[in-house]
Amino acid sequence: MQSIVEFRNIYKSYPGVIANDNVSFKINEQSIHAILGENGAGKSTLVKILYGHVKPDSGEILINSDLAIINSPSTAKNLGINMVFQHFSLFESLTVAENLILGMNENISLSKLKNNSKTICDKYGFNLNLNSPISSLSVGQRQSVEIVRSLLNNPKILIMDEPTSVLTPDEISKLFKIIKKLVKDGLTVIFISHKLEEIINLSDYVTIMRNGKVVSTISTKNEDPETLGYKMLGYKVSKAKQVSDINFSQEIFNIKNLSTQSKDPFTINLNKIDLNLKKGQIFGIAGVAGNGQKELMEILLNENDYEFSGDIIFKDLNINNLSTFQRKSLSISYVTEERLGHSAVPEMSLSENIFLSMNHKSEFKKGDFINFEKINSYASDVINNFNVDTPSYNVKAGKLSGGNLQKFIIGREIMSNPELLILSQPTWGIDAGSEAFIKKTIVELSQKGVSIIIISHDLDELLEVCHEISVLYEGSLSNPLKVDNINITKLGKYMGGLFD
Amino acid sequence: MNIELIIGILNIVLISTTPLVFAGIGELVTEKSGVLNLGLEGLMLVGAVSGFITLVLTGNYFYSLLLSIISGVILSGIFAFLVLNLMTNQIATGLALTIFGIGLSAMLGKKFSGTPIEGLSPYYFIIISFLLVLSVGYFLSKTKSGLMVRAVGENHNSAYALGYNVIKTRYLTIIFGGVMSSLAGYYISICYAPMWQEGMTAGRGWIALALVVFATWKPWRLLIGAYIFGGVAIMQMNLQAIGVKLPGQFFNMMPYLATIIVLVFISSNKLRLKLSAPASLNVPFEKNQ
Repeated sequence: MQSIVEFRNIYKSYPGVIANDNVSFKINEQSIHAILGENGAGKSTLVKILYGHVKPDSGEILINSDLAIINSPSTAKNLGINMVFQHFSLFESLTVAENLILGMNENISLSKLKNNSKTICDKYGFNLNLNSPISSLSVGQRQSVEIVRSLLNNPKILIMDEPTSVLTPDEISKLFKIIKKLVKDGLTVIFISHKLEEIINLSDYVTIMRNGKVVSTISTKNEDPETLGYKMLGYKVSKAKQVSDINFSQEIFNIKNLSTQSKDPFTINLNKIDLNLKKGQIFGIAGVAGNGQKELMEILLNENDYEFSGDIIFKDLNINNLSTFQRKSLSISYVTEERLGHSAVPEMSLSENIFLSMNHKSEFKKGDFINFEKINSYASDVINNFNVDTPSYNVKAGKLSGGNLQKFIIGREIMSNPELLILSQPTWGIDAGSEAFIKKTIVELSQKGVSIIIISHDLDELLEVCHEISVLYEGSLSNPLKVDNINITKLGKYMGGLFD
Repeated sequence: MNIELIIGILNIVLISTTPLVFAGIGELVTEKSGVLNLGLEGLMLVGAVSGFITLVLTGNYFYSLLLSIISGVILSGIFAFLVLNLMTNQIATGLALTIFGIGLSAMLGKKFSGTPIEGLSPYYFIIISFLLVLSVGYFLSKTKSGLMVRAVGENHNSAYALGYNVIKTRYLTIIFGGVMSSLAGYYISICYAPMWQEGMTAGRGWIALALVVFATWKPWRLLIGAYIFGGVAIMQMNLQAIGVKLPGQFFNMMPYLATIIVLVFISSNKLRLKLSAPASLNVPFEKNQ
């Protein structure tokens, strides 16, 4: 088979990190070629270089054996390379039709666009309403718009950056069927993922990357998730297995009939959410991103006086109107989704970041002054107890890697001895080592009697650590499922909104 | 009040409001692409003085119009270079442009202050201003280039990822806005006054800025808003003519007061502001290297 893309010694460094270190490999025409690696292995950087979105420091790309100089996305598109982004590149306030037009290389009339997109939709089974604004679409529908927009340009190569991370199991199998059909019709698909099973199911070849380097490029035929996982990480990761089937009795936290009625079309309205959490229980809230997770977390935190009806009860006390710090004083701790900018201020030191989230505690103050002695010793304890890799507590939070910062933030909250810990996407985008450590820490914490809520898009993570899981879909929360003997098909249906 | 008086008032409103329409529609396009240019007042003054001086020196209306336009291209080009290439803060740069424009126009125009000229009829410009609003409305809502401008202002990262040249688009919209402000200034010194006087735009640049927000970035609303604002300004003379006894300063204050009330009213509804404002407004664009 002929190679359609060849990377030759691609090198790209950012301050303090080499994203791509002499990357060389070939991609065969009309194949599904996966690029596998942990977060930060350099997969996204590499495909962004191919798409002209990022400039390499050195190295060459050959398209159909010809040297190609790709210095902007528009050159890439002229070469027949299109990309579906992980964080969609759609315009929220514009309609589907307008978004499609913006993706076209040439000018075409609206009627021709309608015909062309209808042809593609019929052929591959997409369902688009051209006149709806993007803001009204679900995540899965948005991805369809992105794919159709790429296909309208008749590409030869389609790059898909973690396309499954936002989809339900049903949507994923549908997407895979579409991808296979596209390849049959002549397309070459470059598929980025860190999910091992997906890669084995879908792709023909896989290039494994670790720390910016290519480990190997192999056929997926003789691989299974374990061998592939070992190649990706270079070591084996032990899973944190939750001790299951405990009868929890003591109720600690309740949400009763929680609803919102916002008129903002960019937010999801929550619909009669009920939740019961017992002492020592880990409760997972699963669901595809954009189904109300952000809004629910906003209400649990109460940073912005988000309007809602219903009751939130912690240890028989209604906390509806309590501020964030008042809630923290009651021993509720939070770890929000955004590490930099929300959980921690990037430009401030680790110590200062301790004070910012703990300033309701009088021990960190001497009158009106900050008690740095206490804060520094607290910071050192967090660093030591939670394996945070940093030279000192004076380092700016923004300098830490994602995994280290997340360990620091979670450690900071745990060290304040919470009775209830609410985490949003605790292991999103961090390295496998930190991920395993955090999961283990969470499980151990629950065994000490701390109740934990985890809001996450990562189903595997929830299945690993939680006792019970509910699914959030378009603002409604499903009934909880016990993780023991969980029915995965049922869970998949729940994620698609099929529950009462 | 008789018919003649009403017609007279309407005529004055029409004549005095046109600079707001020019400057406002230019700024609207600039802001639609995600750039906030606070330098309108400076651009107007330089446009006014350069057109005026050229007219005095050459006696040629075409040259004077041309020079006024060129001044707008140069000044807004500098602004664009600063905020787009050097990524300076848009607000600070815009304010600097205003201060610079006030000073430059005063210096250039010093000798020409009070020089009599024969002005142009304002009606051509009034007709052009209407056509301009219509064509900008059509451009933004019906053409692909207009869609591109909106896309860049909505989400410049996505626009770049799709292969659009964000910087070039913004250069063009900033320069369009600059030229429109110059024309507004030209109209003031050549048609409306017609004369040159230091600081003669009298804050119209700021009102035009408020007008864009008032119009929630929609051209036809901008036209209506301009006439409301213009009407308030004209009301002072007529109320005095009727014999309402209030100090003159109170009336001079009215357009600004109206602006503040309108801004408070609009921004009190966060949702409405969020839905209509270009999402990337005043956010610098950095190419991913």
